[in-house]
Amino acid sequence: MGKVVEIRWHGRGGQGAKTASLLLADAAFNTGKYIQGFPEYGPERMGAPITAYNRISDDKLSIHCNIYEPDYVVVVDDTLLTAVDVTSGLKESGALIINTTKTPEEIKPLLKGYKGKVCTVDARTISIETLGKYFPNTPMLGAVVKVSGVMGTKEFLDDMVGSFKHKFAKKPEVIEPNIKAIERAMQEVKGL
Amino acid sequence: MAIRERLSGNEAMAVAMKQINPDVVAAFPITPSTEVPQYFSTFVANGQVDTEFVPVESEHSAMSACIGAQAAGGRAMTATSANGLALMWECLYIAACSRLPIVLACVNRTLSGPLNIHNDHSDSMGARDSGWIQIYSENCQEAYDNMLMANRIGEHPDVLLPVMVCQDGFITSHAIENLDLVEDDKVKAFVGEYNPEEYLLNRENPIAVGPLDHFTHCFEHKRQQAQAMMDAKKVVIEVSAEFEKLTGRSYGLFEEYNAEGAEACVVVLNSTAGTAKYVADQYKAQGKKVAVFKPRLYRPFPVDEIAEVLAKYKAIAIMDKAESFNAAGGPLFTDFTSALYAKGVFGPKVINYIYGLGGRDVKTDDIEVVFNKTLEIAATGKVDTVFNYLGVRE
Repeated sequence: MGKVVEIRWHGRGGQGAKTASLLLADAAFNTGKYIQGFPEYGPERMGAPITAYNRISDDKLSIHCNIYEPDYVVVVDDTLLTAVDVTSGLKESGALIINTTKTPEEIKPLLKGYKGKVCTVDARTISIETLGKYFPNTPMLGAVVKVSGVMGTKEFLDDMVGSFKHKFAKKPEVIEPNIKAIERAMQEVKGL
Repeated sequence: MAIRERLSGNEAMAVAMKQINPDVVAAFPITPSTEVPQYFSTFVANGQVDTEFVPVESEHSAMSACIGAQAAGGRAMTATSANGLALMWECLYIAACSRLPIVLACVNRTLSGPLNIHNDHSDSMGARDSGWIQIYSENCQEAYDNMLMANRIGEHPDVLLPVMVCQDGFITSHAIENLDLVEDDKVKAFVGEYNPEEYLLNRENPIAVGPLDHFTHCFEHKRQQAQAMMDAKKVVIEVSAEFEKLTGRSYGLFEEYNAEGAEACVVVLNSTAGTAKYVADQYKAQGKKVAVFKPRLYRPFPVDEIAEVLAKYKAIAIMDKAESFNAAGGPLFTDFTSALYAKGVFGPKVINYIYGLGGRDVKTDDIEVVFNKTLEIAATGKVDTVFNYLGVRE
């Protein structure tokens, strides 16, 4: 059995964490991997904490439970740090990737003693400057690919162009800004 | 060449329905099966199928519309979950006794109450004796494949019974996974045309469907219906063999995993069987052998084959994702122990675990509890409690 990379997403309802997990699954699928992308459904409301998951593997996946010891955790909204135990089970060989204006050093004391890598990216600024609106999931997707290395940067970007062309067939003007948002997140993520 | 895809379980079922292109789909939305008719209705709107889509006002009407359409001579399909299936109740029995091979995608969800949207098997388990063939699916691939086989099984002249294809709500219905699709033309050739011998819109041979059936004939009709269920098993085997020729994917009445040399066996349905296989692989690497037995065809219940295969084990844990509220174990436990007893298999010690009710996640740790207990019983021959609950606070 090859290695399975397990990722847990924490976001708030409406921020697109579930969509980001599905986009990541799509991109990994397109590079030939076996994938799972699934949300944990609860009482979804705009702004309520939500969780989504990814498994990415070279071999067929048969396991069907939630992820309790992820390799990577993505936090789409830093206000979740006080609401959710985001580092629960997170492997110290992995990393926490968080959307915040703070630095990794400022975030570390807030993480209940997590000793692994902490990476920060200001997805809000990137999103507003590239997309003109606050859609943090696209830059976070770029950050997690960069930090985890689950696929190569170029093959990921090429695949995202294809995905966005399909997804935004009726709004082609937003394709380039979305790609720009991903590229910037990959360049600007701190704590690598 | 198979088409490499990634779809959710709901999307996979809807794509199967698109490829089958039935005459009528009648459905009412209910979580977590809603996406099945939702995706399908876009196929209708886009002209990718020529199905008559009937957006009814309740599941009772959905099943009634399917009964009417199928009795008229068409191929009818629907999808539902939980209380939607419960609201179909009386119609399920009527569809079966009228020998109408309707196909229903059942996306398993906890039956209220308490109100809960998550997965367990309390909905389809309640319908296990309604006269429908029931086929269970571990993952998105199996949900898709079983849908493709369902029409062939139900419509076989020796069967003529409705078929329910089950998969786990959210766990597989809303999970994106890899799967291989079959090309449209191959599905079309495999599923074939539906040409019933007798149907309401045949002017040459007028018939009645669902008339009053007194004590003079009712028993004979029920006996024929029971025979059809008995005969369905061989048809499932035949259709699955033909499907294997088409796709290379092998399906039987059940799947026995990691059986070689194992004295302990765990019986478990649907997505949890996948997690159990994962844990079985880990145990195997540590030199501990636990077999996973995953039922696929649950109605009809293949008594002979199950008793024959399970006779070799010293200890068997039967896992039920439904509580029967009978103080005597879950539905699988009752059926499996009954099969063993009826066939004179008294060797294995058998215990029951009720697990995962209301969508309680079934972790690898939970599976390990069951594996360890089953291994212990296989080694000692001693059973302390037959009826057990897994992963509940008490």
